[in-house]
Amino acid sequence: MTELRPTEDTVSLARRREADDPSSPVARFGTDRALMLDAGVAIAPWQIAYQTYGALNADKSNAVLVCHALTGDQHVGNTHPVTGKPGWWTSMIGPGKPIDTDRYFVICANVLGGCLGTTGPASTNPATGKPYGLDLPVITIRDMVRAQAALVDSFGIGELFLVIGGSMGGMQVLQWAASYPERVFACLPIATGPRHSSQNIAFHEVGRQAVMADPDWRGGRYLDFDVSPRKGLAVARMAAHITYLSEAVLHRKFGRRLQDRDKPTFGFDSDFQIESYLRHQGMTFVDRFDANSYLYMTRAMDYFDLAADHGGVLANAFKGTKTRFCVMSFTSDWLFPTTESRSVVHALNAGGASVSFAEIVTDRGHDAFLLDEPEMFKIVNGFIASAARARGLKEGAR
Amino acid sequence: MTDLALDPVSATVAARAAARGDLRAIADLVAPGSRVLDIGCGDGALLELLAREKRVDGRGIELSQAGVNECVGRGLSVIQGDADSDLVYYPDDAFDTVILSQTLQATQRPKEVLKHLLRIGKHAIVSLPNFGHWPMRLQILFRGRMPVTDNLPVAWYETPNIHFCTIRDFVELTKEPDVDAVMEKAIALNGAGQKISINAPWWFWNLFGEQAVFVLRRRKA
Repeated sequence: MTELRPTEDTVSLARRREADDPSSPVARFGTDRALMLDAGVAIAPWQIAYQTYGALNADKSNAVLVCHALTGDQHVGNTHPVTGKPGWWTSMIGPGKPIDTDRYFVICANVLGGCLGTTGPASTNPATGKPYGLDLPVITIRDMVRAQAALVDSFGIGELFLVIGGSMGGMQVLQWAASYPERVFACLPIATGPRHSSQNIAFHEVGRQAVMADPDWRGGRYLDFDVSPRKGLAVARMAAHITYLSEAVLHRKFGRRLQDRDKPTFGFDSDFQIESYLRHQGMTFVDRFDANSYLYMTRAMDYFDLAADHGGVLANAFKGTKTRFCVMSFTSDWLFPTTESRSVVHALNAGGASVSFAEIVTDRGHDAFLLDEPEMFKIVNGFIASAARARGLKEGAR
Repeated sequence: MTDLALDPVSATVAARAAARGDLRAIADLVAPGSRVLDIGCGDGALLELLAREKRVDGRGIELSQAGVNECVGRGLSVIQGDADSDLVYYPDDAFDTVILSQTLQATQRPKEVLKHLLRIGKHAIVSLPNFGHWPMRLQILFRGRMPVTDNLPVAWYETPNIHFCTIRDFVELTKEPDVDAVMEKAIALNGAGQKISINAPWWFWNLFGEQAVFVLRRRKA
């Protein structure tokens, strides 16, 4: 086990600075603007960090909200301040891209419970002057959306032209459509579902147990001791990462090939390329992500069940909606298989909603939504262009 | 929601619709600005025609995922689905008009599908190839083989069409007690997609119509 050890302290220090004072813009809400949470308590003061791209037009009708996935953040289209890597969806967002920043005003915020400037377990608890840790109430997808709505309010935007996101971001998209139907003109949930399945919860529990089993976790108070459960979080990330891929893509990329050697060592070094790849994924992740945030994010996804929130009938979540939907899934996604997307489509049909549904053929698994998938771009293009015409947004104008 | 306004990319739409004579006839039967569901919408030619000419709020269902993705990529509201299994998810009176063009004969349970059409739409427009068309009759009579025509060019063992009927058969189906549809209009088309004289009797249509288009509604409110 040579590779499961701390790497760059500078990266994790930069990440810790971002928790309270992010390098991106941040909207702060005082005790007069407390945020009521599903857990039944309010938090105040609280803050939400975000990035914007493009310009808001005169009648504020061209705003696009991008919702990030489990371990994403607000840096969707710019260089990441902690890792120095490009934004996580630069293939989708930018000038001339499917979400054209020459035409649309794009907002992406770090979710509630996150660790890059939005109030989360790594943020300072005003009551104690120390990081919240597990004293932060449990956050739900609906809470995240409520916080985003407050941010959208702060821009004076009544109706968003489009809300788009994949995976956990897709859950937020569906929640937006259910919570604020009159504030969403078009919705594009990708590789997601109306609930987290039992199998999905099971995988998340493995990840959380890995974090909490790390002696450095210290009951969630690791930041007070200036340590962090790196090994546990890395294992959690490794397990989760497998669920984002597919057998086909793992086989194609790695097969049973050995890493930097001709024959196995008959030990527990990372002989296989796949082992070394996963260890790398785990280690780079712990530098940029807070372990407690990982617990809160996974829990939020687990609790998500849009039908349960509406009397057990998913269609009730979208009853009478005027929002236009385009639901998208991937053939090799086994975390959110097409059946999950289809149940959303059926519920929307039952509600008489305007809905398109596309399943993209790919062997790249759940993560395909983050990758270069020409057919996905073509469909997003077509849907957005049609929605823009319906919304009366002029071509190329702001 | 009357979008999809005159996209120049769709200039070929008229040509595609012309290749299917029934689409032109169907488009003429749809009320402007209405809500339309096109079941088995294929490449979306009819939906585009209706959006351009009638400014309808159109939706589609198509069995082939490739066809669906093509439609959605062009900005049409289309989902992948199967007429036999998915119509159950649509509420009563969800659409002004539900269209089933050249698809009924390819369904597992045409009668159930027809009942759904009448439930989901205030009006249903059904077009179908007429197996009673005289060249079909001649092929069976003289060659003793299942007919293969320009309009139905696939051999019996490869065709997706599993429930062929004649114009007369379909008219009888609409009268079944559990269907009990009101026929508002019926149009027979010849091989060139032109309408056959409205005054012609049923037997004439059944013999000389290559395909037919029906406008139906349910009798009970």
